[in-house]
Amino acid sequence: MTDTNMARAQLEQGESAIIEFNDVNKWYGDFHVLKNINFSIKKGERIVVCGPSGSGKSTMTRCINRLEEHQKGTILVDGVEMNDNLKNIEAIRKDVGMVFQHFNLFPHLTILENLTLAPIWVRKMPKKQAEEMAMHYLERVKIANQALKYPGQLSGGQQQRVAIARGLCMQPRIMLFDEPTSALDPEMIKEVLDVMVQLAEEGMTMVCVTHEMGFAKTVADRVVFMDAGEIVEANEPHEFFDNPQHDRTQMFLSQILNH
Amino acid sequence: MAIEFKPSPSLPPPVNSVGAVAWVRQNLLSSPLNIFLTLFSFYILFLLIPPVVEWGIVTATFSGASKADCTGAGACWAFIGVYFEQFMYGLYPSEETWRINLALILLVVLVGTFVVKTVNKLYLSIGIVVVYPIIAYFLFAGGVFGLEVVETSLWGGLFLTTLLGVVGIVASFPLGVLLALGRQSSMPIAKSVCIVFIETIRAVPLITILFMASVMIPLFLPEGMNFNKLLRVLIGITLFSAAYMAEVIRGGLQAIPKGQYEAADAMGLTYWQSMVLVILPQALKLVIPGIVNTFIGLFKDTTLVYIVGMFDLLGRIQAATHDSSWLGTTIEGYAFAGFVYWLACFGMSRYSMRIERKLETGHKRN
Repeated sequence: MTDTNMARAQLEQGESAIIEFNDVNKWYGDFHVLKNINFSIKKGERIVVCGPSGSGKSTMTRCINRLEEHQKGTILVDGVEMNDNLKNIEAIRKDVGMVFQHFNLFPHLTILENLTLAPIWVRKMPKKQAEEMAMHYLERVKIANQALKYPGQLSGGQQQRVAIARGLCMQPRIMLFDEPTSALDPEMIKEVLDVMVQLAEEGMTMVCVTHEMGFAKTVADRVVFMDAGEIVEANEPHEFFDNPQHDRTQMFLSQILNH
Repeated sequence: MAIEFKPSPSLPPPVNSVGAVAWVRQNLLSSPLNIFLTLFSFYILFLLIPPVVEWGIVTATFSGASKADCTGAGACWAFIGVYFEQFMYGLYPSEETWRINLALILLVVLVGTFVVKTVNKLYLSIGIVVVYPIIAYFLFAGGVFGLEVVETSLWGGLFLTTLLGVVGIVASFPLGVLLALGRQSSMPIAKSVCIVFIETIRAVPLITILFMASVMIPLFLPEGMNFNKLLRVLIGITLFSAAYMAEVIRGGLQAIPKGQYEAADAMGLTYWQSMVLVILPQALKLVIPGIVNTFIGLFKDTTLVYIVGMFDLLGRIQAATHDSSWLGTTIEGYAFAGFVYWLACFGMSRYSMRIERKLETGHKRN
């Protein structure tokens, strides 16, 4: 990308953009999974990304902390370009928390150890301080009494709340959620969403891949709809749900809202 | 108003499904075939056990100084008694064997200290892996603090077997971990080096490696430059078993879900941090049975050092059975060797099961 382009992008999006996608393209082998993604997210914004499976929504989110590499275009996170520079990647990953569909807690460590691992080893925080902070976040997700158990002894909903607390322990500036409720029993979805709503209300910058449209309506600043690797439509929830512009969006909404 | 839901109380299981009688019925007599197999097994045991007990215990001679003392019809255990010291220490001088015993006691004490909660485990591990071998080496070889020098060619018996086994195990494990990580690595050169090493070593029998180590290497080395045969053999055994270890550990690494790697990456852990803190603890735990399998194999493979003229436990026993004043004691000798090897290997197997149970954190993997 040329300097003039960069300057123009900055002008358009204002200085408060914390994540910027500029003409981002990605391929898995021959499969073109992300096509010309241009999108920017402001500090404190809550973005919900939805779309059919295979539409590239997870891939796009995972490009933000470079769990996936893009091959063309630029991604700026907090002003730092995500490229092969390991230093940049590690610096950004410190500031970006991530919650996965399958929790991905470390089964050989206790809940408390899961939470203190990154603060101790990445942030070089003293153990005692890390544990105090971990207990603070565990209380926030209402699970402090389970601190010494192992992940396998907790229910799915509890594990996902631990995963959120683990992400928060890095005191991130951005939280990414990759289908956080898709692997949960119906009765446990609410307890996880409650934590996420609370987090959103506190002003955390959030990018959330989810099909929980109720959540999108309550907390999202913008809803992004993707299909076939492209952003079809991005709008504020009110407009997005009541007045979708594209017929593809209309079809998607009719599929998921009327079943 | 809604009806209140009360779960029904839990009841104990039916009486005939628990207890000894139920166990016998379910496991030994559940079907005609099962009944037949049970009876058949008892019959075989009845055929085997009495003669063995009679030969080994009832009519056996347990003490004596020569073959002439073995007057009973059964086993001549006096043979083991007379040669016991040689079986344990090889040709190590009798008056110096306390050094081996001292080193063994020291090791037992050090390892036993792990149970004490207040001890710093890191320092203790360093002590065992780094400091202890140096002390043990000088105890065995002598030459310092007025200890008499004992040539490694005199080392033998169970002492040599244990030495080869323990050093092989302790050295091949970290090497195996590195080779496995290297083979999984995305760096092409490190990866190729590891693959070539593993595949080459695995394609060659241990005997060949031992033979190379003891006979070929000295031929290639320049005149006057030579190092100890025992050391060469130890390096050979270590490299051999590291290659197998690497493949076992690679199996464990592959069984760890991608999500674990991603979660570690997403936190900003470096490669080595995520390997040491997240991936290896899980991968190694998964493959404990395979690792112990390799250890047991290595321990038994040490008997092959007879090919390069070293007399380990089996070598000493074989040599003793050829003693013309003790002819006809081959069975006793091999029975004793089998018993000692069984004890060591069974011990390792039980210990590994204990570790597995201890590391079980009651979860399914996700």
